[in-house]
Amino acid sequence: MTTAGGSNKTGEVTQLDRVTIRFAGDSGDGMQLTGTQFTKTAALFGNDVSTLPDFPAEIRAPAGSLPGVSGFQISFSSDDIHTPGDRPDVLVAMNPAALKVNLGDLVPGGGIIVNTDAFNEINLKKAGYAADPLHDGSLKGYNLFEIPMSTLVVGACEGLGLSSKQVELTKNFFALGVMFWLYERSMEGTERWIAEKFAGKEGIAEANRRALRAGYAFGETTEIFHTHYRVPPAHLPPGTYRNITGNEATALGFVVASKLAERDLFLASYPITPASDILHQLSSYKHLGVKTVQSEDEIAAIGAAVGAAYGGALGMTTTSGPGMALKAEMLGLAVMVELPLVVVDVQRAGPSTGMPTKTEQGDLLMSMFGRNSDSPIPVIAPATPAECFDMAIEAWRIALKHMTPVVYLSDAFLATGAEPWLIPQIADIPSIAVKNAPAAGPDAPKFRPYARDPETLARPWAVPGTPGLEHRIGGLEKLDELGTVSYDPDNHHRMMLLRAEKVARIARDIPKTEVYGDERGDLLILGWGSTYGSIRSAVERLRTRGKRVAHAHLRYVNPLPEDLGEILSRYERVLMPELNLGQLRMLVRSKYLVDAVGFNLVRGKPFQIGEIEAKAESLLGESVEGSK
Amino acid sequence: MTQSELPVLTKKDFESDQDVRWCPGCGDYSILAQTQKTMPDFGVAKEKIVFISGIGCSGRLPYYMNTFGFHTIHGRAATIATGLKAARPDLMVWVITGDGDALSIGGNHLIHAMRRNVDLKMIMFNNRIYGLTKGQASPTSPIGKKTKSTPLGTIETPIIPINLVAAAEASFIARSVDTHSEHLQEMMHRAGEHKGSAFLEVLQNCNIFNDGAWRDFTDKSVKEDRMLVLKHGEPMIFGKERDKGIRLNGMRPEVVSIAPGGVSVADLLVHDETTEDPTMTHILSRMWWPDFPVPVGVFRRVPRPTHDQLLVEQIDGAIAARAAKGPIDLQRVVASGETWTVK
Repeated sequence: MTTAGGSNKTGEVTQLDRVTIRFAGDSGDGMQLTGTQFTKTAALFGNDVSTLPDFPAEIRAPAGSLPGVSGFQISFSSDDIHTPGDRPDVLVAMNPAALKVNLGDLVPGGGIIVNTDAFNEINLKKAGYAADPLHDGSLKGYNLFEIPMSTLVVGACEGLGLSSKQVELTKNFFALGVMFWLYERSMEGTERWIAEKFAGKEGIAEANRRALRAGYAFGETTEIFHTHYRVPPAHLPPGTYRNITGNEATALGFVVASKLAERDLFLASYPITPASDILHQLSSYKHLGVKTVQSEDEIAAIGAAVGAAYGGALGMTTTSGPGMALKAEMLGLAVMVELPLVVVDVQRAGPSTGMPTKTEQGDLLMSMFGRNSDSPIPVIAPATPAECFDMAIEAWRIALKHMTPVVYLSDAFLATGAEPWLIPQIADIPSIAVKNAPAAGPDAPKFRPYARDPETLARPWAVPGTPGLEHRIGGLEKLDELGTVSYDPDNHHRMMLLRAEKVARIARDIPKTEVYGDERGDLLILGWGSTYGSIRSAVERLRTRGKRVAHAHLRYVNPLPEDLGEILSRYERVLMPELNLGQLRMLVRSKYLVDAVGFNLVRGKPFQIGEIEAKAESLLGESVEGSK
Repeated sequence: MTQSELPVLTKKDFESDQDVRWCPGCGDYSILAQTQKTMPDFGVAKEKIVFISGIGCSGRLPYYMNTFGFHTIHGRAATIATGLKAARPDLMVWVITGDGDALSIGGNHLIHAMRRNVDLKMIMFNNRIYGLTKGQASPTSPIGKKTKSTPLGTIETPIIPINLVAAAEASFIARSVDTHSEHLQEMMHRAGEHKGSAFLEVLQNCNIFNDGAWRDFTDKSVKEDRMLVLKHGEPMIFGKERDKGIRLNGMRPEVVSIAPGGVSVADLLVHDETTEDPTMTHILSRMWWPDFPVPVGVFRRVPRPTHDQLLVEQIDGAIAARAAKGPIDLQRVVASGETWTVK
């Protein structure tokens, strides 16, 4: 916990500027729900928040087991924050397995709140504890709070006539109540949620309400906590906010893009973690005219998207790495027929099935090169959950203007992580101009489906149903302009160059690269995608210590921005943290001949700020010692 | 342009300017000709017709049609047609495929297009061989068939396409023969008239890699005795002398001779395309020369709402239901959930 300068201790209230909490329990214990409720409450209160859900791929791994532990980390602050926090200040552990899995991450001296009722012989054994850690002195370095939550909810729910199992299920709300008291939060929002969620199940609603209040009252009346904490609201820019995850923002961005382009949105998708929520959300937008199809497989999904795009709609598909691999051939077809298409890859840890719920940035090179032949496709990547909204619109702007498939690389961290979002005014977002090739009369010259716009090299969008434009396209090489099948060697060479040049020219159509920090200096940290928050925070910290460090973050990965080469040249060293083994670095090194240094961790987790900071310090030839 | 304003189109209107490049003598020529002849039947403007194909010799057909055409990738034509039709219910969508394209690499998509009842008309050229890749076994090659990839003969049981699509809930199923031009035209016409997934298997001859694959029963000299032309509401009679028929014995069909005092026409199976239960389609699809005459014609034609129709109905319904509660405001959708204001 970072205590605010000259900590304001009034009686038993301590003021803090940032707190990071991790809720951890069995995957059936409702930890994601508990974390989400706490997040909403903190956001509504006005804190800046950032979250990291961390759950197993198994829906219900064996109860009490280590693989079954589900966690939800939230950082909330009175400052602008960029990450869900490196290490939790407080760990709520609902059972021994949750304690064991998460203890190593806790800050030294951090708080541990445990449900002592779950620390029985069976659960201790399942977690691999030889002795009860609550009593063997192993937690001496921490602030341990032992609460018999299961017992206390039984008392709270007395007289409701519920089964003991139903009562036991409310213990997460007890824990939430304790945390609400500890951080001076109102229970109002959660009580409202309980009333809505369990409408018609009054017994269950009442049990959860009582558990929540009992937790709160427990904090208030027992002597167990010596103090509670205040994290004042953050000074965020004025406006109306909501909390949003990357997947939610992505789905909304596409709906708005469809409105801006005045084209129907069509999504075909095959369920895959962690991308499915985009399919779910867009499927719920029937009243907005969104068409969705749950396809029979990944290939069918992108096929249907190509078909819809051919027909003049915004055809798109959403997937994750394994699905992306299956879509390669159809992406090649989209390159050849030069239709607008958006493919969302919510990256997860791989290769193969990998770790489906864990994050990684491993699909960049696949997106760039994972097709037969030279098959250029623009690749863009949002940097934060809220930014997914803007980049989803941007994906369509590029696809439509340049008549090309676009790969949009999100990842599991962005997809499920949440942050407050300053809700934009839709009316203020520039529209996306889309023109179809006009109908041609019987005396018109022969239609040329591969004639190109001189500026963008985009070909016309000639949709079926337009009189006079009957023509044939396909995966075979096209004769320049006329678009008929051609095996002419020189034509093929020319078409290969034209396709490459068309994508390269998108670099003229993207914003300048923003550089945060020193305009020139000793070190530039260059990142892309979801590493934004960790890198920015690390650079902020380094700069407060007087280091000449800057941060540049790429949202446009292919083509790279035109100003990037010049920016790289202004720094002595370039550090590239990536959650892969150096994929963007390979591109940057080959394109700019710059000796960029990689920092690559692939543990299925986002970077911690401190990790990037330490790496930067070591490059700067100094020690991070004593700066904490 | 409304339908009534449409000029009357002819076969010539549907011929593109591309040279046809199939091997001389290929059955595809006849299929193309019948396709071009049939198109004016529907009174649909050329620009509203789309031909989508996969890979294989059949995949070339869209290049020769003066309509919109999309020569896609191996096995995936049905997926593209599904998206196109969902986005553009106003278009007439034809899918051109082959036995390898539809049943092997595209098998999954075939099944799902049929069960969804996507309003597409699929013509599957079945020549029991991979022609474009120069002669490997296909999923319809008979067991024991020796090809370049199966020098000792295939060891795999062939798929019966009609049996497969019937199991996949296809709402229109028919079979014809490349050289039986009038019958083929009639089948194309009826496939085109059907609302929903229409599957038309065309027994097609590859004279280079599998010549005569169907000759035993399709040849002019023998076809009347060896093939059964299915006609809705009519008893199943075949033979040059119209003296043979199909009778059901329990669940098994049998060939009977019609003779005075013996089996009469009244004892024969009467073909009903419109039976909801697909059992007869399964039974008929398994009838094969030399044990039985090979049936051609419309096996099954049942009305069922199409995929695009149901999709649009859901959307229209949701829009109407939502509109009843006040205007739909995208700003409010974006700002949904709990919000707070920072001053």
